[in-house]
Amino acid sequence: MPLNDYEIVIGLEVHAELKTDSKIFCGCTTEFGGEPNSHVCPVCLGLPGVLPVLNEKAMDYTITAGLALNCEISPYSKFDRKQYFYPDLPKAYQISQYNDFLLCKSGWIEVASGNGELKKVRINRVHLEEDAGKTVHSGTGILDSDYGQQDYNRCGVPLIEIVGEPDLRSAQEAKEYLEKLRTLLLYTGISDCKMEEGSLRCDANISLRPKGAKEFGILAEIKNLNSFKAVQSALEYEAERQAELYDKGEKMFKQTRAWDENKGVTVLMRSKEGASDYRYFPEPDLVPMVIDDERLQRLRNTIPELPDSRKRRYMEIWGLPEYDANLISGSRELADYFEAAVKEYGEAKAVSNWVMVELMRLLNQEKIEITAVKITPAALAKMLKLIDAGTISGKIAKTVFEEMFMTGKDPEAIVQEKGLVQISDSGELAAIAKKVIDANPQSAADYLGGKAQALGFLVGQMMKETKGRANPAMVNELLRKELEQRK
Amino acid sequence: MELYQKTAHELQQLIAAKEVKAVEVAESVLERARQAEPKIHAFVTLAEEEAYQAARRVDEAVSKGVKLPPLAGIPVAIKDNISTAGLRTTCASKILENYIPPYDATVIAEIRNQMMVLVGKTNMDEFAMGSSTENSGLFTTRNPWDIEAVPGGSSGGSAAAVCADETILALGSDTGGSIRQPAGYCGIVGLKPTYGRVSRYGLVAYASSLDQIGPLTKDVTDCALLLQAIAKYDPKDSTSVNQPAPDYLQEMKKGAKGLRIGLAKEYLGEGISLPVKDAVQNGVKVFKDLGAEIVEVSLPHTEYALAAYYIIAPAEASSNLARYDGVRYGHRTSQKVSDAVELFMKTRQEGFGAEVKRRIMTGTYVLSSGYYDAYYLKAQKVRTLIRNDFDNAFKSCDLILTPTTPSVAFKIGSKTKDPLEMYLEDIFTVTCNLAGLPGISISGGFDNGMPIGLQMLGPLFKEEILLRAAYGFEQATDFHKKRPEI
Ligand SMILES: [Zn+2]
Repeated sequence: MPLNDYEIVIGLEVHAELKTDSKIFCGCTTEFGGEPNSHVCPVCLGLPGVLPVLNEKAMDYTITAGLALNCEISPYSKFDRKQYFYPDLPKAYQISQYNDFLLCKSGWIEVASGNGELKKVRINRVHLEEDAGKTVHSGTGILDSDYGQQDYNRCGVPLIEIVGEPDLRSAQEAKEYLEKLRTLLLYTGISDCKMEEGSLRCDANISLRPKGAKEFGILAEIKNLNSFKAVQSALEYEAERQAELYDKGEKMFKQTRAWDENKGVTVLMRSKEGASDYRYFPEPDLVPMVIDDERLQRLRNTIPELPDSRKRRYMEIWGLPEYDANLISGSRELADYFEAAVKEYGEAKAVSNWVMVELMRLLNQEKIEITAVKITPAALAKMLKLIDAGTISGKIAKTVFEEMFMTGKDPEAIVQEKGLVQISDSGELAAIAKKVIDANPQSAADYLGGKAQALGFLVGQMMKETKGRANPAMVNELLRKELEQRK
Repeated sequence: MELYQKTAHELQQLIAAKEVKAVEVAESVLERARQAEPKIHAFVTLAEEEAYQAARRVDEAVSKGVKLPPLAGIPVAIKDNISTAGLRTTCASKILENYIPPYDATVIAEIRNQMMVLVGKTNMDEFAMGSSTENSGLFTTRNPWDIEAVPGGSSGGSAAAVCADETILALGSDTGGSIRQPAGYCGIVGLKPTYGRVSRYGLVAYASSLDQIGPLTKDVTDCALLLQAIAKYDPKDSTSVNQPAPDYLQEMKKGAKGLRIGLAKEYLGEGISLPVKDAVQNGVKVFKDLGAEIVEVSLPHTEYALAAYYIIAPAEASSNLARYDGVRYGHRTSQKVSDAVELFMKTRQEGFGAEVKRRIMTGTYVLSSGYYDAYYLKAQKVRTLIRNDFDNAFKSCDLILTPTTPSVAFKIGSKTKDPLEMYLEDIFTVTCNLAGLPGISISGGFDNGMPIGLQMLGPLFKEEILLRAAYGFEQATDFHKKRPEI
């Protein structure tokens, strides 16, 4: 049967590294990169005798994430040891959190689903744990390498795991969900969510079942999803693959697969039958955590207005089109910038036009982040007011805006320095019109002879003469008047 | 009397009065160690050079008239599971035989700051698992009272070194009796502080929720002094407790008068040798004479303690010892391996001794899914019951008097065949660790020339009560003054 007759069931497990200055259980920096094993100490190397001390900031960030994802926050939580042997795990256990006394559980977020409606996707839990190191293989991959080398710089970087419920029904939805999660984590400022640096990682569980079936199908876990596109492509591929197997009547088994970006296929890593036993038990080196109301309140206060609410406000109160509202609210920094400019200027529509068109164009062209932009919201507002006052034309404003973008100068100063003030004096403009007509007798004759389009040429000449500063609203009128007199 | 025969409190007077130089003390102790070591085998590493350097610094400070910390210039031996920067820390295991730590345990930093003279690292049962040092992966330490007998364990090297005057003070660690039992077998003082009283940072973990570092000394006064030096809150150890320690020396001198001393029938029943029973009876008499009150108490869940201990300790050990995989430090197999898993297996196979492997396997088993509730969780519940027992008992008494062990030190090799028999050695000492309480063992008599240990258990963070009773007893008796001929 065609893929359409199956229901695709997807759940994502997302790991995000927290943006704390130091690691979760020691004072080492969390900075990305660095010489291998230069960001390490006895504690994160798990040397004999060391003990962990919890970085309270990591706890704060986890609770903040939980709040932003509408989770219940447990007043009491603890750490557990998750045990497995791997060279990049120096203690041979990861300090993590098992199922009981989870810090954050039972949350949800809203995600755009295919039919244009919003859909609630449930989040099972958010918990805090430590990241492992990295194995660098000698060959091109794990299979053809003679040895591996360990880099423990990443070891002990605080990590949250966000376990989503299997509520997603398409690869597109999965991508939307991941993007929404990313937006929320960026908004709360707890992670920089760079998939390319591994500070945001995603594993996907996917299974198929005939539409209307109650039971879940047999799932495959997909790893090595290093971009949003990879998440979508891998899930699309995997859904097709599973549908084909069902159609052929093949026996399915629980498995872990890896996405091969180059070939565009998922490949079998291992069967998950007889799942590993992590022998969790409570971490005896850390005392249980009590999260009091005061802390919760303090953290709640650090959460800014989130994108959904902003978007709604932009559309309903400020009348922005959905596309613009969506794009601007999608980044906290951009939205903050936008709102600050609106506050200065007093009206949203003009600000959003400039942000959406000119600002976006220049940001993309110069590859600059909104946080590094030299135009302050106040300067943007001031420029808009110069247009309104007729000091500069909309066209000149683009030049001014570009100059502001490059130099960060005040718009008024630019207008003065470059002599960009619009010429609206009718006497002065009339004189220039005369001059232009005198210089182009043929065009004047054409116009008077009935060729209306000849006026356009004369307007162009006039703008050229004034370097674009002639008030466009007055130019046509003055030219026509002057020509009429020469009939 | 030689300098090495003196106590820390005697030596500190001599050094402060400039009658004796710290270097002379170090010389005397190290010379004594050189003589005794071929018979006793207490030390894994003697740190002579470092010791002399530290002693010279003390003498310089004395000559400059600098005010010294109380234990400046006093030699101290350290159990080889406490991390010492630049000095080999083996845990008496082949797997760490050549491991030199880059950092100091918090107690070692204290010892250096307080200008004590670290003379060496002492032998132990491998990773502190055992009661005789026979499980040492390196060699067996002898009891100075009878070199055919065990010194006890796991801190057997520290106890034997103090007993044989190869050091003045020593630190050990106690997970189920590992300070008190060897102190008892060697006729010295050994104190296991309250869990959280002394930092565990740098103590190589055996069972994290039970381990605690403590002093082994020649008398109670030295014990109070050394405890004072290390009983501090440490932000590097999340389980250490921020509760200021009292002045132990001053408290100690209050003596046993007026204390209510509990006797629990669960600790005085079957399996205890007659001389040990007599020693307890004698202790009761001594305390009565000192003006203490004797009360009967009951600790009904005692019989489950050993079983709970031998679930919890191996469970935590199986996790704590998983890191020794040959990847970063310590022994790595020289056999050819095809992948990381094989590297782990061969390395661990070669590096660990039989008892360590036994406990790792036991611990792995009890934590396995499907068994966790029946073993680990249940053992934790027993632990709570035992804690409640003590809470109740301490409503009617200030401390509880028990034997440290059912009998005196046994002969080397006599209990190695059956691990269960060895585990029974811990029967009177494990409850204290399970409940997190402080416990002390002092010399309370002799059986055929071998010392008998008396144990006292106190409420949480009430080490001073144990010191008071122990000091009173010591003042009234001569047992602690006896030293073996070597
Ligand atoms: Zn570190």
